[in-house]
Amino acid sequence: MNKSKTKYVGKNVLRFEDERLLNGNGQYTADINFPGMYHVAFLRSEISHGEIISIDLEEAKKLENVYDIFLYDDLKHISPIISKSNMKKYLPTKQHILCKKRIRYLGEPIAAVVAKNRYIAEDAISLINIELKELEPIIDTINASNETKNFVHPSLKTNVILERTFSQGDIKDVNQNELISIKKIFKMGRKTPLSMEPRSYVCDINKRTNELTLYSSTQVPGIIKDAIMTYLGINGNQITVIAPDVGGGFGGKASLYMEELIVVAIANKLQTPIKWVSDRYEDLLTTSQGFEEIIEAELLLDEKGNFISLNSNVYGDIGAYSIYPWTAALEPMQVAGFLQGPYKIKNFYSNVKCITSNKPPTGPYRGVGRPAAVFVIESLVDMAARKINMNPSQLRLNNIIRKNEQPYKIGSGIVWDKVGFEECLRKALSLIDYDKIKTTKKWEGVGIATYGELTGIGSKISVAPGMPLNTGSETSRLEIDSTGSISATFGIASHGQGLETTLSQVVGDHLGVTPNSIKIKQGNTSLITHGTGTYASRSAALAGGAAIKVSKKARNHILNVASFILNVPKTEIDIEDNLITQKNSNQKLSFPELSRIVYSDMQTLPIKLRKPLIFIESYDPIFGASTTATHIATVKINPETFKIKIKNYVVAEDCGKVINPMIVDGQVQGGVAQGIGAALFEEMKYNENGQLETATLADYLIPNSLDVPEISISHLEDFLPNNIGKFKGMGEGGTIGATGAIANAVSDALKHLNIEITELPITPNKLYTLIKNKEKK
Amino acid sequence: MKTYNDNNRLKISFKLNDELLQKQVKPRQLLSDFLRFDCGMTGTHVGCEHGICGACTILFNNEPVRSCLMLAPQIDNGEITTIEGISENSTYNDLREAFKKYHALQCGYCTPGFLTTIIYLLEKKQHLSDEEIRKKLSGNICRCTGYTGIIKAVKEVMANRFKRSIND
Repeated sequence: MNKSKTKYVGKNVLRFEDERLLNGNGQYTADINFPGMYHVAFLRSEISHGEIISIDLEEAKKLENVYDIFLYDDLKHISPIISKSNMKKYLPTKQHILCKKRIRYLGEPIAAVVAKNRYIAEDAISLINIELKELEPIIDTINASNETKNFVHPSLKTNVILERTFSQGDIKDVNQNELISIKKIFKMGRKTPLSMEPRSYVCDINKRTNELTLYSSTQVPGIIKDAIMTYLGINGNQITVIAPDVGGGFGGKASLYMEELIVVAIANKLQTPIKWVSDRYEDLLTTSQGFEEIIEAELLLDEKGNFISLNSNVYGDIGAYSIYPWTAALEPMQVAGFLQGPYKIKNFYSNVKCITSNKPPTGPYRGVGRPAAVFVIESLVDMAARKINMNPSQLRLNNIIRKNEQPYKIGSGIVWDKVGFEECLRKALSLIDYDKIKTTKKWEGVGIATYGELTGIGSKISVAPGMPLNTGSETSRLEIDSTGSISATFGIASHGQGLETTLSQVVGDHLGVTPNSIKIKQGNTSLITHGTGTYASRSAALAGGAAIKVSKKARNHILNVASFILNVPKTEIDIEDNLITQKNSNQKLSFPELSRIVYSDMQTLPIKLRKPLIFIESYDPIFGASTTATHIATVKINPETFKIKIKNYVVAEDCGKVINPMIVDGQVQGGVAQGIGAALFEEMKYNENGQLETATLADYLIPNSLDVPEISISHLEDFLPNNIGKFKGMGEGGTIGATGAIANAVSDALKHLNIEITELPITPNKLYTLIKNKEKK
Repeated sequence: MKTYNDNNRLKISFKLNDELLQKQVKPRQLLSDFLRFDCGMTGTHVGCEHGICGACTILFNNEPVRSCLMLAPQIDNGEITTIEGISENSTYNDLREAFKKYHALQCGYCTPGFLTTIIYLLEKKQHLSDEEIRKKLSGNICRCTGYTGIIKAVKEVMANRFKRSIND
């Protein structure tokens, strides 16, 4: 391929996934059924903290069409799930497959009932008599960190299971008296990823071969396959994990779940297909949650507006267990990791505590750590701007890391390189005409947030700090079969990102064929030796890189074969639009003709050119690709109802080379929608008794069509990373930038009251309380 | 023992996607489960089972309803249209093409519910403003797209069908 020519990358190729999904022909895990299949329902804890005294199954077992009931003792051969880490001072938690004695969070599974259908299984659950001893629930994060007696895991003798300090420079060398201090305590409320498809698992068993197939609504089939080997002792060639159509994930489907292992274990034990589909209540209670932090932060700057120092303490509430495989470090460490953002600050200090509580485990949620980090640093910047009476955009420009200052290592150790911080900021300012829309009106405000992000991460950096798992490479196998048809197989698992389309665009360009002639296979562990899945904004950069390498390899081999067939040097041959042609002549070969000659014609080619057209390549970018965006939001607050309406929203983002602009825009728009949720609506509220007050979608509000404006998006493609495809990840950025931009816009809208937002989400209720408290003073 | 007898059945007749059917149903079975498992219409997706998300929206006697909030016996003598019926109707090709063009779906889980609500709006032959479209669709939740593509798709289809400028 001529290097300057991309026929498909960069184009709005319509998605191949859409046809089936629009016609009701998508196949999600809950749609899958097998003859003789049994259904599982779980008895779950109705308290957050306690001990099981006794369980009486007698009446439940008597119920017609109840086949079996499993308790911890029935599955105790499965060793406790332990999420390992290389981090010092890390105390791993032990998570039993079902509650053994201790109950550590509301909704924790205690018994698995197997019945003819879900209705009967739930009838049986209502007949189980369980006696519990309630313990004082550990809910408040700060109290949990100071606790000396009441522990989520008594054997650890602390609720702080990991602590780490990041430090650069020395604040003692700075004369603090001459500096301006902005010091606040910020709070980010707990969220749930809330994909529209609840988690579901179906395990089929082939009695002839004794092979199991787990259909799972997962983002990470490869990780699940490996975990099944680790915990159930089932070899990879005896189980296939398939992620069929998956109805969104956002991180909530990127971890291992007990239900997933139990469904496989029971199918294997009872030798019959087993199905479990979470209802929304179970999903809200038990899918990994995200983002719960309290962050004490202080920004020191001089009178001219130069940032001097950033100090913080991060208290991360990780729930009851250190989640597998990401560990407790995942979210809180990355709050500190990204807190400095895109700014030059010589002195940096952050102490991070990962604290257990009697709430469900937290895991990855879109943005991981960064939505909270951006909320904090961008709020501090705006507060500083107000204090020194400087335009917030100018204060950012004064301190932002510029092109000629990169690579730049920030205090947490992250290195920013080849990233257009200043350029995105300037672009966003001009997109919204910032200085013109800046308003002195009451109840109206504008807020900026700019951030740095690391995406498409290779093997030198773990996507979760300290996690001993290779998330840094992806493999692709490209095959051309006897009919000349092309397929490319990957270890990723698309669940809304449109990777079947974008990867075929990449292969199409580099092989010289149309995207719609390529079959992309993914989300199936039997098709590829190793691959983890789709998370951490990695699939385009890593699988895209593998796609380029394997396509180039295939193309080169095809040219060798064609050169022999056409009897011309390979430099004289081109491949375009599925035709192998001799330049400046009429000689051409189709892929079916080429395949016939390779596979079925025993005379034309020498034996070494008759080898199967199978090519395998792996790609590891080693490091990650720095990326950025600036978000600017304008809001208007109704002074009677305190409803916050987002009026305008712009994003200028740097995502490297764009594969499919339509899909990139869709990811940004959708990411911002989730960021709006995080900033204005969404909070999993556990009261002091450990009960969840937001256990329905009428209580846990996510944005609807009236809450999300159309977002103006601009892409910068001037800062290309060091990876093979020049792709940067962009799946999470929308959520990352939104928290800070909206918080700042709301604070700006409340400037006449001198109220600054330090807690998200900022709901009408909270706003009302803030304003009333201010009036009292 | 206070348990429910799972063996009770009621006989119902109804039209499903223009086909007349007679079935024995369990009195307590949710309509959504009945359609998905007893009738094989798995395009009806279940997102919350408490009437908020709209993923399970179907047409019952030509009105959009949440199939998770109805019991199967309630459709006796009624007419049901699911996404499978809609997909066979070429009248809505324009809507499907607009959904592709404006990237109005990502994971696709909420899509059948949205399409069902939208064709109900289209059948009323009204040309709605952006804000009205947003209001009418606010009972369906999408977690992926941020709604913009869906609104644009509906806007274009309405403009083309009802012969008015898209900028009205």
